[in-house]
Amino acid sequence: MLRFFLGRLAILIPTFLGVSLIAFSFIRLLPGDPVMLMSGERVMSEERHAQIMHDLGLDRPMYVQYFDYLGNVLTGDLGTSIVSKRPVFDDFLSLFPATLELSICAIIVAMCLGIPAGVIAAVKRGTWFDQSIMGIALVGYSMPIFWWGLLLMIFFSGYLQWTPVSGRISLMYFFPPVTGFMLIDSLLSGQAGAFKSAVSYLILPTVVLATIPLAVIARQTRSAMLEVLGEDYVRTARSKGLSPWRVVGIHALRNALIPVITTIGLQVGVLLAGAILTETIFSWPGIGKWMVDAVFKRDYAVVQGGLLMIAGVIMLVNLAVDVTYGFINPRIRH
Amino acid sequence: MSSATVKTGHPSALAEFWYYFSRNKGAVLGFAVFVIVLLLAILAPIVAPHAPSEQVREKLLLPPSWMAGGEASYLLGTDAVGRDILSRLIYGARFSLFIGLVVVTLSVLSGVLIGLVAGYFRGRVDTFIMRIMDIILAFPSLLLALVLVAVLGPGLLNAMIAISLVNQPHFVRLTRAAVMTEKSKDYVVGSQVAGAGTLRLMFLTILPNCLAPLIVQATLAFSAAILDAAALGFLGMGAQPPTPEWGTMLAEAREFIQRAWWVVTFPGLAILVTVLAINLMGDGLRDALDPKLKRS
Repeated sequence: MLRFFLGRLAILIPTFLGVSLIAFSFIRLLPGDPVMLMSGERVMSEERHAQIMHDLGLDRPMYVQYFDYLGNVLTGDLGTSIVSKRPVFDDFLSLFPATLELSICAIIVAMCLGIPAGVIAAVKRGTWFDQSIMGIALVGYSMPIFWWGLLLMIFFSGYLQWTPVSGRISLMYFFPPVTGFMLIDSLLSGQAGAFKSAVSYLILPTVVLATIPLAVIARQTRSAMLEVLGEDYVRTARSKGLSPWRVVGIHALRNALIPVITTIGLQVGVLLAGAILTETIFSWPGIGKWMVDAVFKRDYAVVQGGLLMIAGVIMLVNLAVDVTYGFINPRIRH
Repeated sequence: MSSATVKTGHPSALAEFWYYFSRNKGAVLGFAVFVIVLLLAILAPIVAPHAPSEQVREKLLLPPSWMAGGEASYLLGTDAVGRDILSRLIYGARFSLFIGLVVVTLSVLSGVLIGLVAGYFRGRVDTFIMRIMDIILAFPSLLLALVLVAVLGPGLLNAMIAISLVNQPHFVRLTRAAVMTEKSKDYVVGSQVAGAGTLRLMFLTILPNCLAPLIVQATLAFSAAILDAAALGFLGMGAQPPTPEWGTMLAEAREFIQRAWWVVTFPGLAILVTVLAINLMGDGLRDALDPKLKRS
């Protein structure tokens, strides 16, 4: 198992180097050089320009600059945002919990609804229930989530006035962040109504972000379940006289979940891409909105650092999925 | 004695395909909707009641015709500068289908070529190619497309290039896997022994037998491209106003969500219906082309 883990880790190293190379070269691909980008409209003399290039080490050979950059990245220095004037890494750490909280809630919703829906659809294959569930799942899979978010906002926030439009918690509540997760922090603060407020702000973004993973998980669970239900050991379990609940819930589901776990792991990329749109619509202060704002404000240090951090997160989660997969399915290890 | 001609032998490939495809009712429905959208796009200048950028100052934010205050000549109402929404949606179909077509063509051509090389030659070439694909796949596709467009400059063409690039690794992986399976089969070894050259083996012997999963993936990539391009348009990084692209229309409509639901609802509905139709077709294609599912 350790060898399997180390082998997977070793593959990550060239990928991470490649990702860092892309993040590094991104700023160099832009027209002009970083100093001209920083100075913006201001006119700068040739000497001054050369001086700043030298001070920032930008006149050194490209490969020296890259290794320098890589060294900084490995020590947690991703540069400084020109908008917030704070280190990019600090900004990332303070905003990431918001995205993480939203993503965790979304994946929990997607799993809690998607797995049972897929199982029931498979067991009742061909019935109206199966057909409607799979129809709804395909609609969810085809959904432009930025539009879905606007529709939910029109109905629940505008028409019914049940949920707030944007943000993470009502302005009435203020408490210092402890964990960065609003649901936990609001409970820890002990302020009456704070938790309820945090939940009401979280509901719509969670539903929007959960939509596509939910559809994918339901479809995947159904097809994995259908495959397993035709296996010999399921027939054996049935003929032993076990209750249908035991056959489906214990014998079949445990094996059907193996591909589903991979699917759930692969949803991390989908969630982070979805977070870009969901956070923009609901003004959710997470890394998705941070990246979009940075692209628009031409805050290249943030775009560069954010790209690297987000790719790093996805790579680590994929590693975790691979290792879990090897753990529950020993055949993979060899 | 009269003689009757009895047709023997296999039905044509197309007839066989249609037999399996048409057993999936959803796929036929999806196909029908797709043909309608395609016809609307092609015939846009004839079927659209107004020009897509024609502004009528007296008719700003007119509701759909069935609501109080609506007018029959503006079936789905007008937007904030008095343009007919229905006409813009019809012209918008041109952009969405065009984006899908260009993205799929670009990513299929490059992806299949690279995947064919990786799967056929294996070894270092393969490792190098697959590591690069891993790097591209390490980024969320929309984020990478967004950053690429930020580098290249916002616009429809750059959005299409960016989306093609992030879509391509899926084709590389799929082609490589299929080529690796096919390459060791007897018919390939047979034609190799018979003296077929490398290019002939790659393109004429192996590739045609790898097409089924690629066609299904191409359908999925088509709908994904439409969604991604609309998302980029929505974020302001795709087609630029006043282009009647569906995502861009939604971005322009955002500030009116409280006052005029129709400017927000219809462009999104157009995206959903088109993408859903293509995905339904994709499911049908998978059923029809996947030999494992065929009963015969």
